[in-house]
Amino acid sequence: MSTTNHGDYYIPEPSKWPIVGTIALTTAVIGAVTSIHGGSINWVLPVGMLLIVYLFYGWFGAVIDESMANNYNEQVDRSFRIGMLWFIFSEVMFFAAFFGALFYARMIAVPWLGGAGNNAMTNELLWPGFEAAWPLLSNPDNSLFTAPKEAMHALGLPAINTALLLASSVTITIAHHALRAGHRKPLKIWLGATIILGIVFLFLQVEEYMIAYREMGLTLSSGVYGSTFFLLTGFHGFHVTMGATMLLIIFIRVLKGHFTPEKHFAFEAVAWYWHFVDVVWLGLYIFVYWL
Amino acid sequence: MSAVIEEHHEEHHDHKPTGIGRWLFSTNHKDIGTMYLCFSFLMLFIGGAMALVIRAELFQPGLQFVEPEFFNQMTTLHGLIMVFGVIMPAFVGLANWMVPMMIGAPDMALPRMNNWSFWLLPGAFGILIASLVMSIMGMGSAPNFGWTFYAPLSTKYGPASTDFFIFSVHMMGISSIMGAINIIATIMNLRAPGMTYMKMPIFVWTWFITAYLLIAVMPVLAGAVTMMLTDRNFGTSFFDAAGGGDPVMFQHIFWFFGHPEVYIMILPAFGVISQIIPTFARKKIFGYSSMVYATSSIAFLSFIVWAHHMFTTGMPVTAELFFMYATMLIAVPTGVKVFNWVSTMWKGSMTFETPMLFAVAFIIMFTIGGFTGLMLAIAPADFQYHDTYFVVAHFHYVLVNGALYSIFAAVYFWLPKWTGNMYDEKLGKLHFWVSTISVNLLFFPMHFVGLAGMPRRIPDYNMQFAEFNQWATVGAFIFGFSQLILLYNIVKTVRGRRTVKATDQVWEGADGLEWTLPSPAPFHSFTTPPTVK
Repeated sequence: MSTTNHGDYYIPEPSKWPIVGTIALTTAVIGAVTSIHGGSINWVLPVGMLLIVYLFYGWFGAVIDESMANNYNEQVDRSFRIGMLWFIFSEVMFFAAFFGALFYARMIAVPWLGGAGNNAMTNELLWPGFEAAWPLLSNPDNSLFTAPKEAMHALGLPAINTALLLASSVTITIAHHALRAGHRKPLKIWLGATIILGIVFLFLQVEEYMIAYREMGLTLSSGVYGSTFFLLTGFHGFHVTMGATMLLIIFIRVLKGHFTPEKHFAFEAVAWYWHFVDVVWLGLYIFVYWL
Repeated sequence: MSAVIEEHHEEHHDHKPTGIGRWLFSTNHKDIGTMYLCFSFLMLFIGGAMALVIRAELFQPGLQFVEPEFFNQMTTLHGLIMVFGVIMPAFVGLANWMVPMMIGAPDMALPRMNNWSFWLLPGAFGILIASLVMSIMGMGSAPNFGWTFYAPLSTKYGPASTDFFIFSVHMMGISSIMGAINIIATIMNLRAPGMTYMKMPIFVWTWFITAYLLIAVMPVLAGAVTMMLTDRNFGTSFFDAAGGGDPVMFQHIFWFFGHPEVYIMILPAFGVISQIIPTFARKKIFGYSSMVYATSSIAFLSFIVWAHHMFTTGMPVTAELFFMYATMLIAVPTGVKVFNWVSTMWKGSMTFETPMLFAVAFIIMFTIGGFTGLMLAIAPADFQYHDTYFVVAHFHYVLVNGALYSIFAAVYFWLPKWTGNMYDEKLGKLHFWVSTISVNLLFFPMHFVGLAGMPRRIPDYNMQFAEFNQWATVGAFIFGFSQLILLYNIVKTVRGRRTVKATDQVWEGADGLEWTLPSPAPFHSFTTPPTVK
């Protein structure tokens, strides 16, 4: 894509990607809702998803081309950094909504349903016999929401997963140091290790979900414990998937020799994102699995 | 505020793209700003038409024109369109146009993302408005649960089209977050040499702070509608007490977004007023730094007051007291701002062109809305006012007579800079006076019927409220149709026939980088950064 340089400033040429993005998202949304209501996935949803993939491939591809053509000056680099940082902050706030729901359900909603504070009559009249506890192994109305047989344990798979993600944060930092020192071989090894750790994490997470559904009776519809558990860990898992994909892309770019010890913003952005995913996991491990 | 010592030299290699592609593929902050403003104006007429349906039905007691079910869809869509489709995009449009020009930048920091932020809106609102006719594809009626979409009205009892509504809110959220990130990156990174933070025009400051509010709360709204989606379709029980959740939890999450959202819609208005008052009082703004700190304080406080929307939900009294006092605290920084505006005018050489008229009216009427807000903040009194027309009067005074008035003021103020032509002052004044008389006729009686106990969101009402409601309806129709004067005036100014050419400075008392650019402003604002002393 050609570029126009306005003095010290860089302004990209008109681009089709934003409008492709709008068409992609609108298609995906229509596909998602009609699939939900139709009871099975229709053709619109996959088309929308493919368009989204095309959007990311094309848009980021254009940006990479411009970057490789050395069109970006320091100012553009700073704009990207600011953009990425505040994007991550918005992601933090997205998780905050679900953590907020977890804390509210656990500290306020469930105790009140059990009669805490001045809510004795709520319990007596609406849900007699319901006792507040966390994890919630017996719902106020077990006929509507089947309670899980047991709660998640902090040890076992979640502990291993914590170790994996923490280790991956270390490996990506080692890779970054290697990149800055210009050592390509350790860079590839440690970046590759980070990707593998991320993928193993995802496998174990799927394993955990299968155990939850098959053996523990812990499902999306097993009350607010299951709701918060699956939405928090589910969105985290989705972010790990995104992060691992981004890692894979920068791995390919490393192989292609796109990065120099001085200039490798894409690498740093992905590393920041990966650390963010890691920190969210620590919050999850403490508040969802452990306490 | 800041004087330009190095006059920026014009480079005439502006090659404007032509045709529809100029708008679809735009990376230009002015074109994108124009699209935002046009979109917002279109939505104003759509949301306004819905308001007129509501007012027509309320002209007298009993059911006249529409079924209660359709009435509920109108209140819901009217609120959503006005909040997310009119006020917010209009301010983003103003930011797009003015922020780069005010800080001496050629464009926004991330121009392609800027375009995407805009183009998501027609998608989102296309889906939302289409919900009115979704019954033909078996999706039930349009959303009918009020713009606050409380659970369980929106979860258990919401029509099938609610899921479209949920995703359209997601799209609006993505748009707002990207727009906010862009504004932050622009302000942090593209300021001209010498333009320190404390030299930035107040409009830039208020948008800077607003952008942080957007990034902090739009994701929370996304979380709320996501929980709605899973509660509706995937068996979760966030907002269902039978599974250990709580419908009131929805209100907490919603208002944690919703209260900062209120300031998202008013802080840029403060910024606009802070540009206009000094210009027409021909004085520097009084208390520049206190304006900045007051804005920051309001933004901070907006995060710890959300439950004042929920005084009647049965919160513990400690919480009621905390949220009551925290809310009243907001009156302090807001009072600082009003004081500063009035002090700016004190002993100024004032003239009252249309932007100034709207700005002065803003100060008076926003203050009325602020005071009724203070009344609503008093928890025991709120038990009486809650969900009455008093609340409707309050938030329309701050959002219509406040935010929308500031947008009108801004359009008249900057239109000559945008188009190079002066608008028709006579028509502008006519628009102002017809609007101001009718808007008060429309909303002021609502205070009385509200205090007397008329509930909001009801298509029918007790006989005793009839007279005030008739006044309001008459006011509504005059106010609605008087906006056609604005439309005509804008079209006339843009076409530029039988208009006076605007000078670069436009207004005698105008000060700031944007007024050093030619009128109309060149396609790329500052191709060489100016130096600010």
